[in-house]
Parts: sequence; structure tokens; C-alpha cells
Amino acid sequence: MSKRIEVNDLHVYYGNFLAVEGVSMTIEAKSVTAFIGPSGCGKSTFLRTLNRMHEVIPGARVEGDVLVDGENLYGPTVDPVNVRRQVGMVFQRPNPFPTMSIKQNVLAGVTLNSKKLSNSAADELTERSLRGANLWEEVKDRLDKPGSGLSGGQQQRLCIARAIAIQPEIILMDEPCSALDPISTLAIEDLINELKDQYTVVIVTHNMQQAARVSDRTAFFNIAGTGKPGKLIELADTQTIFQNPTQKATEDYVSGRFG
Amino acid sequence: MSIGQEVTNTPKPAPAKPVRRLADVIFAGTARSSGILILLVLVGVAAFLIIEAMPAFTADSKDIAGGKGFFSYIWPLVFGTAVSSIIAIVLATPVAIGIALFISHYAPRKLAGPIGFVIDLLAAVPSVVFGMWGLQVLAPQMGPVYKWLENNLGWIPIFAQGSTTGRTIVTASIVLAVMILPIITSVSREVFLQTPTLHEEAALALGATRWEMIRTAVLPFGRPGIIGGIMLGLGRALGETMAVAIILSPGAFTWALINSGNSTIPADIALNFPEASGLKLNTLIAAGLVLFVITLIVNMIARYIVDRRREFSGAN
Amino acid sequence: MTTALVTPEEPKLDHGIEENPVRPAPRFAWLIVLLASFAASAALFAALGFSIVGVIIVGYVIYLIAVTVTYSAMAGRRKGTDQLMRSLIYGAFVLALIPLVSVLWTVISIGAPAISADFLTKDMYGLKGVVDKAVVEQGAPLQGGALHAILGTLIITAIATLISVPIGLFTAIYLVEYGKTSRLAKSIRFFVDVMTGIPSIVAGLFAFSLFGILFGIGTKNGIAGAVALAVLMIPTVVRNSEEMLRIVPNELREASLALGVPVWKTVTKIVIPTAASGLASGVTLAIARVIGETAPLLLAVGVTMKTNVDPFNGPMNTLAVYAYNLFKFPLNPGYRDPSLERAWGAVLLLVIFVVLLNLLARFIAKVFAPKTGR
Repeated sequence: MSKRIEVNDLHVYYGNFLAVEGVSMTIEAKSVTAFIGPSGCGKSTFLRTLNRMHEVIPGARVEGDVLVDGENLYGPTVDPVNVRRQVGMVFQRPNPFPTMSIKQNVLAGVTLNSKKLSNSAADELTERSLRGANLWEEVKDRLDKPGSGLSGGQQQRLCIARAIAIQPEIILMDEPCSALDPISTLAIEDLINELKDQYTVVIVTHNMQQAARVSDRTAFFNIAGTGKPGKLIELADTQTIFQNPTQKATEDYVSGRFG
Repeated sequence: MSIGQEVTNTPKPAPAKPVRRLADVIFAGTARSSGILILLVLVGVAAFLIIEAMPAFTADSKDIAGGKGFFSYIWPLVFGTAVSSIIAIVLATPVAIGIALFISHYAPRKLAGPIGFVIDLLAAVPSVVFGMWGLQVLAPQMGPVYKWLENNLGWIPIFAQGSTTGRTIVTASIVLAVMILPIITSVSREVFLQTPTLHEEAALALGATRWEMIRTAVLPFGRPGIIGGIMLGLGRALGETMAVAIILSPGAFTWALINSGNSTIPADIALNFPEASGLKLNTLIAAGLVLFVITLIVNMIARYIVDRRREFSGAN
Repeated sequence: MTTALVTPEEPKLDHGIEENPVRPAPRFAWLIVLLASFAASAALFAALGFSIVGVIIVGYVIYLIAVTVTYSAMAGRRKGTDQLMRSLIYGAFVLALIPLVSVLWTVISIGAPAISADFLTKDMYGLKGVVDKAVVEQGAPLQGGALHAILGTLIITAIATLISVPIGLFTAIYLVEYGKTSRLAKSIRFFVDVMTGIPSIVAGLFAFSLFGILFGIGTKNGIAGAVALAVLMIPTVVRNSEEMLRIVPNELREASLALGVPVWKTVTKIVIPTAASGLASGVTLAIARVIGETAPLLLAVGVTMKTNVDPFNGPMNTLAVYAYNLFKFPLNPGYRDPSLERAWGAVLLLVIFVVLLNLLARFIAKVFAPKTGR
């Protein structure tokens, strides 16, 4: 289960403000695609349009299409809730539900959508998801303890387990390591490498080394100035972006000349 | 698995109405209606009071209690309400600001919480308790004070004829002051605590004493908050019923504030309502309407001041 | 330790704005001044005739003057002013404690003896003034009780809570989750705040008029009282709940929505449980605020001496109204004390309720708060 994403000329607006302009790209299935670029270039905003999470912000809207295996996420009869069940998301800061145990956190996506699970199915799903997030060994003895008792890195892997428990096609990650220490970051990066065997992974990162380490393909976003919309400058194999970019702006950015 | 629909013949999708789940629509609708219901209740309060008060405004003036029309009936009550509230504010404000400063800038940090709780407790004591306390404990203490005032300052009209029982509008006002103390304190305390630490430290770094720091940094910053708190306290004092109804020995309008006499709108309603019927009932409801309008105006001004301060400071 | 860079006697102030340099004063000078002032005041009153109130007031005034003069002399005029203001601020705090302590003392000392098994299990039905005469003249035990008022208080407050909590909570949900900064939300917020200031007696008049128009003028019953209390309670519930919902981190909402959970389930299953302890504590405080209301119930519910547990039918009694009524109109005007004792007893029960509710609110907020720390 893993799908290809095709974006056609997508504009993102906050009210009347054009935040991201004219993005077209193809994200391959079973691969890791990284979005890099300076702050405010719209990479996180764009990421959120891939599962319609931008709609949570009042006034945010898009024009254009996002096709997942040929099906438009923005079709007039598409329910954003269904989109999000297929396109999971992991956020900057780990956000386990404080009222729930580790196990309840993993199962949250399923139980909150009122699907009844037998005890054995629940146990099985918990183990599978936690193993999938490389967390099982660390927490298997305290599944009934609150998720907020874990370390930051463990919490973030718990959130990944929670996201994969609903069996999405695609996983979006919005700077998933920016609040973590280097060791936890390494654990997450290892995990991302494993996830791409099953899922399409899209990751926004501020850290160019991270993009170089984890991604197959990299997209560089830039912004002409404050108040101007963010744009996709180029998307290519990660190696190409870092070693032989076609655009001057990309080269300046990856070589550390600005941003 | 299918997420969306096939894009076969999409003519550039006009921004259609977003798809929403029925449960979501119902839930959002319930939430929104509750909010609107509250606005309707407020309108309803005004509407029902107006309907029931109408007869008092249209009746023949000699049928109104006192025989001279509604205006003659209401103005001494408005006067009494205003006077008692103003005395209460004048007494309570300095003390409340003192307590607020004590909690925010003088008390040891560990004590600030418990002290706040004690002040909140003062706010939680039911008004009937203050009324009973005012009559049974405070009023007898005030009798000699009023006698002394009469003997020494009796040439001033408000200090003429000191009451020996102490059941006067001034005694009621003192109790009102105690009752509004917590609200003024808590609003002031909140703004004092929001004073930018930088301003305070700048003042202290210039060698200011604690009081100079408060005078130059805390009080100017907190002024709108204090004013808002005073207005809220005023609103409460205007509407307070039981303390006045129990303590005051009511009567006709008089300048002698340390004597029995005078009354306030809420006390007048509470004292006369149980036995009232017919036009008298309408008159009392009309008096309530007047009180409602006065407190509404005072509270709207208060909220305007407090809210403006809130936006200005960025705190919420 | 190296030598001090600035000599304490003459601080070098190079910014030149201080005309009156501050010199250090002995740490406990104020305490000595305080003791001396009160000693002087006590001596003065010993000569004139002793009065504890007089000693305190005069002692405080002497202290204010003395402490200002002493510190001005020792440490400069600015330090004198500082000490004066400090003394005034501490004085304000002590002054506020006086009525609080006095009220609590009065309630407990007069009210406690009234409370007995009879007081909690009997009403006042059929009691005549002669029983109080017997209490005073022959030392007979106090008769009658506040059962009807206790039941009335509980029933009416419970109904008011049932009305206010759903409306208040849903409004708070609207404000935080949907309305946010829309015009409707802003005006609801503003008018809810304004509503907080509605005098309680006006709420009573409203309920009386409403029920009068619906069911005939003069209809007084428990429901009318509950409606009046709800008008007073709703704004508190809204504001407390709004605050509690707002502090639920947005990240949790996003996490839930990103799992494909619809908004209404995100609110009911994630946001509300996370805020539950705060919401419960807010509701408890709102109950504590209205449980002691007198005026609106006097108007909308009326008074009765008889136990009535049917809120749809006829007057009921509540502790506050019971106390007010017996205090103002004793059973036997010639022998007031037994009635006053009953009134203070009822008030003591009320204060106990209020304090318990306040403590309960703090307990809920503390113990059941979700653990977010690591």
C-alpha cells in the first residue's frame, strides 16, 4: 500500500494572501521525498495541502489539483476526513494524547473512528504499529502507562506508530526531528528509511544534512521576499540537488550561501 | 482503496461547498445555537422586564405608590443606589489596590497563592451572610461613631442626626465595600502581575526603591485595569440586594446619610415584592428595569476598558 | 572577598538623576518602631480608658508617622516614603482580613449551636411563636429545622446546573472551536461578560415575569428559581470553560484531525477529556457562586415553611431565603433569639457548602489534571 502523488499547478491562499504559487510535482510511491528551503517559503504549508490539514487554519484554501493515484483530493464530493485517513501526518513537536495510555494512543485513530476491535486484534495492531515505529522493545512492558511519560524521541516514534496504525498510503512529516536531540533524531531517520518500504514518505526539514541522509528525491522551495508567495524551484534526485542543481538559487542555498 | 473520485471530466472545479459530515454539522450547529441562545436570553431579560414594566409607565401618576408618578417614585431610589455604591467604591478601591500590590509585589511568593484563595473566599461568602453580619455585628459598632460625627460635624447636612442603631446607608455601604473588594482586587492583581518585568527591573536598576518602582512602572501600566476593576465593582455594588435590604432601615429621601432613611432600587424591590400585587408589582419590575439599564451601561463601559487593555497588552 | 566597590555611606550615582541618595537602614528598625507605636498607643488608652479598637487604630497611625520619620532620618526621604507605602499596603491586607475573620467567627459561633439532628431533619411547618417563647423563658430545646431549605437548595441548584452546563459548555465550544474571532463570537464574548454583571435581583424579576407571562402572573416555583439562577450561572460557566478549552494545545487537535477523526469527535474525545478537570472545577465554582443567592429566589420561588420537593409546583425554600426570612421576620418578634439562631445555623450550612465546593474545585483541578510533563 503506497501511492504516487501528482500535484498540478497548486496555489495556496490564506484569505486573499497567496502563500504558495503554482506548484506542480510528482512524488513517487515507496520513496522518501524531502522538502527544503528557507523559513516562510511555504514548504510546510504545501505539505499540509497534501492531506487537507491546511483547512484547519481559518481562511486557508487552495486552487489546483492533488491527485493520489489519479484521484483528486480536492474533488467536490471528497470528505477531508477520508483524505486524512489515507494520508497520515507527523508533526514538529511530539503530541501524544495526554489522557491516553501508550496503547490507547496507538489505537486512537482506529477507536476514535468508532471501529470496534477485538482484544486480540487490538493487541496485534498495537504490536505491529509499535514494531513498525521501532518502539515496541522499549515500551512493551508499560503499554498502560501514559504516553507523555516517554522521552521526546520515544514520543515522536509513538506518534509515528499512531499514524501507521490507521494504515495510510502516505505519511507526511513536518520537521519531525526539530524538537529532538541528535540520538533521537538518528532513531527517527533510521525509521524513515524503513518506512519507505511500505509507504510514500514526504518530509519537510530545515536540516539539509538530514534531507541528504534520508531522502531519495529533494524539492527546494524558495521565496522572493516577505509578502511574496513561496515557489517550488526545483525537484530532482537528492544527489542532483546537492551536487549538481540546475538552478542558481538551489546551489546558493545548498552550499550555505543564504538561508 | 479509493480516496477521492476519478478526475475524468473535471471542468476546473468551482470552489464547491466543502463536504461536511452530518454529525459535524449537527455538533457545530448545536454549539452555535447555544451561543445565540445566550444572546437571546439577554434580549429576553430586557423584553420580559419591559413587557411587565409597561403598566407602570403608562398608568395614571396618582396610582403609582407615592401618588406622584413613576419618576417621583424612582429618583430617590436611584439616588440611594448611586450614593451607596459610590461610598462603597471610595472605601474599597484604596484597600483593594493595596491588597493587589501586596499579593503581586510584597507578599512572599509562597504566600501569594493562599492569600489569593482567602480573598476569593471573601467573594464566595453569600451576600445574605454579609447582610446579617452587617446588621448584627457592624451596625451596633457604628452607632457611637455616628453619634460622634453628629456631635462634631453635625453642621454638615450629611452628618446630621446620627443613628444610634447604625442601620444607615453608610453602614450598608461599608458592607458593600467589603463585598466588592475581591473583584477590584482580582482584576487589579491580574494587571499588576502583567507589568513587563523589564520595566520593573529597569526601575530597580536605576536605584528606585520598591515604591518608586511601583509608582513609575506598575501603576501607570495597570491604570486601565484598575479603572476596569472599579467599574466592575461599581456594577456589583449597584445591584447588590441583600446587604442593603437587611441592614438599612429604609425611608424617604434624606441628605442625612448617617441616619436611617433612603433606600436603593434592589433593596426596595426585595422588601416590597413578596407582598406586592397589581400595579405595585409592575412598578417594582419597572424599577428593576431601570436598575438593569444602569448596570448594563456600567458593565459595558467596564468591559470595554478591560478588553481594550487586554488587546493592548497582548495578554489574554 | 575583595573590598566593596561602592562605599555604602555614599553611593556614587553617575547617572545623576538621584538627588536623594538612599542609605541602608537597619533591617528590623520597622519592627522596633511598630512595637514602640503600639506601646505608646496602649499607654495613651490606659490613661483615657481602654478600648482595643482604639489602641489598634491609634497605634497604626502613630506607626505610620513614626516609621516615615525614622526611615527618612536614617536612610533618606525616599526610603521614608517607601516604608510608609509598604506599611499602608500591609495595612490594607490586614484590614481586609478583619471582616472576613469577623464574619466567619460570627457564623460559626452563633450558627454552630443551632445545628443538631433535628435541625437537619425537620422543617418549620406548623411552628408557632410560642415555641420560641418557651425556648427563651424555659430553656426548652430549639424546635423546627431547615430540612425543607436544604432540599430546596439542592434541588434548585441542581436544576440550574443542568440548564447552565450544556448551554455554557456548548457556547464555550463554539467560541473556541468554531467562532474564534468571528463577529458572532466576539459579540457573544462581550455580552457574556456583560451578563456576568446582571444584578441577581434582575435575574429574579426576569424569571418571575417569564413565568408570569407563560403560566399566569404570580407563578412561583422551583423551576422559575432555577431559571433565574441559570441566567446568573451561564456566563460563569462559559468563561471558565472557554479558558479551559483554550489551553488545550492545538497540537492535540491537529494530531486527532490528521488521524482522520472528524471535528466533533476530536472535540468530544480529545479536547474535552484533556480539559475535563478544568471544566469540572469551573462548573463547581459556578455552582458555589449561585448556591448562596437570595434575592432572585425570594422573588421567583417565594417562601414556605413546609417541605416541598416538587419544583414544578408551588413555593419552595432555600437556605439563603430561609436565613433571610427568619432574620428579618422572626417566628416570634417578641423573642427573636431562637429565630436568629436558626438563621445563623442555615447560613453556617451554606458557608460550609460554599467552602466545600471551592475546595472540591481545587482538588479536581489538581488531582485529575492530565499529566503533560515528562
